[in-house]
Amino acid sequence: MTRVLGWLAALALLAGLGMAFAVAPREATQGTVQRIMYVHVPSVWVAYCAFVVVFVASIAYLATRAEAADRLAHASAEVGVLFTGLTIATGSIWGKPTWGTWWTWDARLTSVAVLFVMYVGYLLLRGMIDEGERAARYAAVLGVVAALNIPLVHFSVLWWRTLHQPPSLMKPGPSSMPPVIVRALLVNFAAFALLYLYFVAKRVRLLRLEAEAGA
Amino acid sequence: MTADPLVRVTGLRKAFGAHRVLDGLALEVRAGEAVALLGANGAGKTTLLKILATLMRPTRGTVLVAGHDCAREPERVRPHVGLIGHGSHVYEDLTALENLKFWTALAGLRAAPAELAGALAAVELDRLAGERVRTFSAGMKRRLSLARFVLARPRVLLLDEPFAGLDQRAKKWLEEHLEAFKARGGAMVMATHSFGRELAVADRIAILSGGAIVLDTPRASLGPDAIARLYRLHTEEGA
Amino acid sequence: MIFARRAWSVVWKDLLVERRSKETLNALAFFSLLLLFVFQFALGPDRERLAAALPGLLWLGFVLAGLLGLGRTFVLERENDCWEGLILAPGDKSAIYVGKLAANVTLMLVVEGLILLLFAVFFNVDLAPALTGLALVMILGTVGLAAVGTLFAAMTAQVRARELLFPVLLLPVQVPVLLGTVKATEAVLLGEPLGAVGHWLGLLAAADVIYIVTGLLTFDFLLES
Repeated sequence: MTRVLGWLAALALLAGLGMAFAVAPREATQGTVQRIMYVHVPSVWVAYCAFVVVFVASIAYLATRAEAADRLAHASAEVGVLFTGLTIATGSIWGKPTWGTWWTWDARLTSVAVLFVMYVGYLLLRGMIDEGERAARYAAVLGVVAALNIPLVHFSVLWWRTLHQPPSLMKPGPSSMPPVIVRALLVNFAAFALLYLYFVAKRVRLLRLEAEAGA
Repeated sequence: MTADPLVRVTGLRKAFGAHRVLDGLALEVRAGEAVALLGANGAGKTTLLKILATLMRPTRGTVLVAGHDCAREPERVRPHVGLIGHGSHVYEDLTALENLKFWTALAGLRAAPAELAGALAAVELDRLAGERVRTFSAGMKRRLSLARFVLARPRVLLLDEPFAGLDQRAKKWLEEHLEAFKARGGAMVMATHSFGRELAVADRIAILSGGAIVLDTPRASLGPDAIARLYRLHTEEGA
Repeated sequence: MIFARRAWSVVWKDLLVERRSKETLNALAFFSLLLLFVFQFALGPDRERLAAALPGLLWLGFVLAGLLGLGRTFVLERENDCWEGLILAPGDKSAIYVGKLAANVTLMLVVEGLILLLFAVFFNVDLAPALTGLALVMILGTVGLAAVGTLFAAMTAQVRARELLFPVLLLPVQVPVLLGTVKATEAVLLGEPLGAVGHWLGLLAAADVIYIVTGLLTFDFLLES
């Protein structure tokens, strides 16, 4: 099952790459570097999905104490942090030639950075508690708080950046995108989502084996 | 009339990772009964008491205290259980009376000043009611803990080496109070190291070894030497 | 109401111990004074630059003092071996959360008031006209800080390296509160009407509600063993 996922993810990634480089149109002002958007945007979408999964799995764990829910939350947080890091890195790489700077306090980039730090904290907490049951319980509470904080972070950062300033220069806004670009984004999103599922499945399996071995 | 036992443990397993501290443990204690739990250091006596007190969850097995499941409904067990363990549960900067007032209020009990004073008098701390606990000895702190239970009236008392560090007078006093507790219908599990005088209040002795109770027998006819012999016998075999 | 009485017993106990030992309040008061010196040294003697940065500096001071004070929420229980006692106490654990939260908010507001006073004196700023607005923002912000801080303090109380982990966990979560309070304080100090920052106040209030409700619902799980 996991192996099938892995192959599907690989295929989808290839398709996504193809769409990003061959099919999607070349952007007029930014040139080829703009194609990094096809990694940057799907990454952040998958990251948000990952953290929603952490939220749901955390609540499920607190309600049922099922270890499987805890393992899912743990794995999803790890992969989520991975994709968040990817988002920030690609955002930075995109920004350097485009605006001449590695970092900008753009609303989305800032929100994602806060997200990154919150969930790295989640992983740190897990790492610092030895007793499995307590780690699961505390992490679940943190998972709930962090997820509920996401909309608050989103709005506060957005207002912080845009109320007295022109809106972000980073192009794909939600409106008026030609369909071919949307298609390319969706294909890449599907590819990254499959990759996420593959990573999470492998990680959950590893966690289960570790628990059974009494690590 | 035989009511249900106040403490009923069956098939208890407690594992920390791969290490099983308790495995296949069974124990029953009825109202008005006191069981002395004997075992080596690290045998799991404190672990068992903590599970009975709902401070730890069992890995497997059933633990029923006062008719409620410790793992599934710990909040329903807690009003009926009192634990006197290694921790003192007292705030050093507060006086004896203030400590009692706080813990009683936190437990949701309404206690008039006269009742609080009465509880302190019952444990012979009334003259020290206004003294900060920082100045108290171990025995006095233990008496203060018991004062809480004078008001809270738990049905099950769990004691972890309660006589350790007490002088003769304090030991005698504690013994009398524990007998009174039993007489009121309470059940008691007492973890202890010694085989002597302290066991006088126990009706049964249970030897914990290898994660389970390997011997559970009435104490009445056994003197300290006999108990010591049984202990050596069963812990060498069981471990 | 039993819940209120139990929560009150926690507040009473914490404030009584604090009044006797004066550990936390004294240290935080002195810390506030030191903060002022440090800000001055770090930013230079240019009065105008400091005045322009005042809202940010103020809340930086509040947050730093808050990190120290909130991190100590359960140190009493740890030092006196009373953590087990809290767990064993029958009844709804969220009463303990409410009690600790109320005690924390009280303590923090006292320290923040002191910091405010010191700032007004040292930077020669007239805060009188903005006082009611400031008070509102301070209350909203402090409740937000303390609501999550109390929860996280319980979470880190029994964990290794708790002094490091506590700020690491709290600061990212407090970003909305920090942004909201600084922006609102800016407006208040500039003499703008509160309506102009209504959306920020709304965000702070929403955050407070979300954090407190989450704390009430999840505190039980932290005090299980």
